[in-house]
Amino acid sequence: MCLAIPGKIISITDQLDETFRKGKVSFSGITREVNLCMVPDAQPGDYVLVHVGVAISKVDEEEAQKVFSYLEMMGEVEELKTPEPIQ
Amino acid sequence: MSEKIKMQLQCPMPKFDFEVITLGHGSGGLLTHRLLKSGVFDIFKNDILDQQHDGAIFQLEGKLAFSTDSYVVSPIFFPGGNIGDLAINGTVNDLAMCGANAKYLSLSFIIEEGLAMSAFWQVLVSIKEAAENAGVQIVTGDTKVVEKGKGDKIFINTSGIGVVHPKARIHHNHIEPGDVIIVSGHIATHGIAIMSIRKGLEFETELKSDTANLNHCTQALIEQFGSNIKFMRDPTRGGIASVLNEIAELTQLGFILDQRKLPIEEQVEGACEMLGLDPLYVANEGLFLAVVKGEIAQDFLSALKEFPLCENAAIIGEVAQTPAGKVLMKSGIGGSRVVNYLTGEQLPRIC
Amino acid sequence: MKYLTEYRNPELAEQFFEEIKRITTRPWTLMEICGGQTHSLVKNGLLEMLPDFITMVHGPGCPVCVTSISVIDEAIWLAEQPNVILCSFGDMLRVPGSKKSLLEAKAEGADIRILYSPLEAVQLAAENPEKQVVFFAVGFETTAPANALSVVHAHKQGLNNYSILASHVLVPPAMEAILGDEENRIDGFLAAGHVCAIMGLEEYFPVAEKYHCPIVVTGFEPVDLLQGILMTVKQLEAGIYKVENQYTRAVQREGNKLAKDTIDEVFVTGDRIWRGIGRIPQSGYEVNEAYRNFNARVKFNITIEPAEENKECISGDIMKGLKKPFQCPNFGTKCKPEHPLGAPMVSSEGACAAYYHYAGSKMLQD
Repeated sequence: MCLAIPGKIISITDQLDETFRKGKVSFSGITREVNLCMVPDAQPGDYVLVHVGVAISKVDEEEAQKVFSYLEMMGEVEELKTPEPIQ
Repeated sequence: MSEKIKMQLQCPMPKFDFEVITLGHGSGGLLTHRLLKSGVFDIFKNDILDQQHDGAIFQLEGKLAFSTDSYVVSPIFFPGGNIGDLAINGTVNDLAMCGANAKYLSLSFIIEEGLAMSAFWQVLVSIKEAAENAGVQIVTGDTKVVEKGKGDKIFINTSGIGVVHPKARIHHNHIEPGDVIIVSGHIATHGIAIMSIRKGLEFETELKSDTANLNHCTQALIEQFGSNIKFMRDPTRGGIASVLNEIAELTQLGFILDQRKLPIEEQVEGACEMLGLDPLYVANEGLFLAVVKGEIAQDFLSALKEFPLCENAAIIGEVAQTPAGKVLMKSGIGGSRVVNYLTGEQLPRIC
Repeated sequence: MKYLTEYRNPELAEQFFEEIKRITTRPWTLMEICGGQTHSLVKNGLLEMLPDFITMVHGPGCPVCVTSISVIDEAIWLAEQPNVILCSFGDMLRVPGSKKSLLEAKAEGADIRILYSPLEAVQLAAENPEKQVVFFAVGFETTAPANALSVVHAHKQGLNNYSILASHVLVPPAMEAILGDEENRIDGFLAAGHVCAIMGLEEYFPVAEKYHCPIVVTGFEPVDLLQGILMTVKQLEAGIYKVENQYTRAVQREGNKLAKDTIDEVFVTGDRIWRGIGRIPQSGYEVNEAYRNFNARVKFNITIEPAEENKECISGDIMKGLKKPFQCPNFGTKCKPEHPLGAPMVSSEGACAAYYHYAGSKMLQD
């Protein structure tokens, strides 16, 4: 339900007050103005998830990498706990 | 040869005694007469048109193809072109898809009252340039004006006649399992370029419509590959998915695409992700799909890529016996999905 | 695209498939809540690649599908008022009301505009002071902050010609309604990643506890979904039931406080009728008293006859996961996207539409 895609903040374009904070966000080269008031610590260079023109979350770069090492980590943990099941 | 020739217009916009087109100029004959008198149509000067008959008279040898199309795009000016470009390239390309080289075009306008002469002039200049690039002549035409609100700035109809290449054997009946599906360039570019200026959905992009004439390159390919080219179509409204579904239904063969092989510009992908659009269904211009015999597919692709506007051409799939009448696509992940007809216009989504 | 394409890596997906196969010893039925997740599962051909032991059931997380037929009628009524510009997300336009859809109303002359963002509707109102602009504010919790923000913006700009027709629905009450149903067979849930980016994880702890059901907050890309499924199955195989977060790059335990504050500023929770399911208590947002001037229902004093659902549509059973789309006698025959009997066939997120458009050969054979 909720098509939100990650985009990179290129610049902050407006900061009238906290609810009007706006920035230019790039999605693979196309750019759009996005409301940034719900991600106040997001700065140019950061990635944010954008849903209907509003940034709803800042992408945590460190957490983003963990998906790729999840299986390896699981493998190590499994080895410690139980022997490999015999196929 | 397919390189777009940018015409340096020697003459600027002629001086008119009116800035906008109104009903008061008279419809049909009277308006055409006033426009002719003002010199607006001088840029189309050619031997046939200059005869000023009610109809164009000419001789043509060989098997002929005849096509017509109407152009109602809104807005009429967009990044990379305007309705005038589409009106020429569209009909030239319809004929090209039949294996024919367009020669003569008719050109009719339905103008909504209030259209600025400067806008009309811009459209005419684009038409002239597109016609020069395609090597076609405008030999007859008509102009009408309708009340404000009864049109949408300007509608254009072009009909074209061309000579079918003697080696052309293009018909969906010739398609068989083992044939290869090729696309001549990046998909979805035109549709997304238009979307970028559509009120309510706008975004900034360097994308431009890739509208272009395809007759020169297709004629050269037919000359080289003849009956090994089974089918060609330009996937305009409804995108490549619609064309493939049509021929899948007609042939009752299976058309299997590979998602990883679809050539698509990064910015187009970004826009599709943002708006929730599927590029398979987005309109294209200056692009064609070809179904060719498997054995010559690589040679065909190499020859196609020699043309400057087709350097991103790619093999995107193949024809199989099953699933009969369906279009299937293998996803990047490995699973597959059916690519159905689009129902109505594709709308951006939030989900 | 960064933070998107990497999660579509086929080799990594293959590794997750293998691991899921390795650890699954019994049949399990999982529900992915969100329509976007259903869309991704089907579009990427993931369903046919999962081992047969795992059954994915598609939940009611499609706000378009669950918007009640009467609300569509309200939107159409508003659009047909003189001087009103009705703005909407694209998804809503083809959903049938009791007599017609918004798209059909548009063809008949109603001023209906598709917008990407509700904030643009506010701009439209500012640019057209002589018109009344109404935004059809549909969505789950993910969209609520943006819709609420539009009201805040309109209020701050002193606009008196902007209002919203709210049709927001909430996930946890829907999950309880499904789990509380005596026919329920769901063993574990993939919760909606973007809903939780807003609301956080806290609301799900009591649900997992009460129904002994693992809940894993999951993203939308193929690798996210596979990891979410793996994490859920691991819990089920181990007999545990807790709330876990797969989508940690976007979701924090406490959610987004500013977004929640914006929701609370403008909205109040109330009962809502879910199309195909019925009334679920405290399951939706309505514009609160403080902002009543921006509530289209109050402003226009809308009184519409409540409409009845098409009796042949089994969307309720589909959205509760009790039946699959192709088990409906009208699937693909009387009910197709061009002439839908109910919402799940017309919405791009609906389970019926997903099956109709994307189903690979294996699914068609099931």
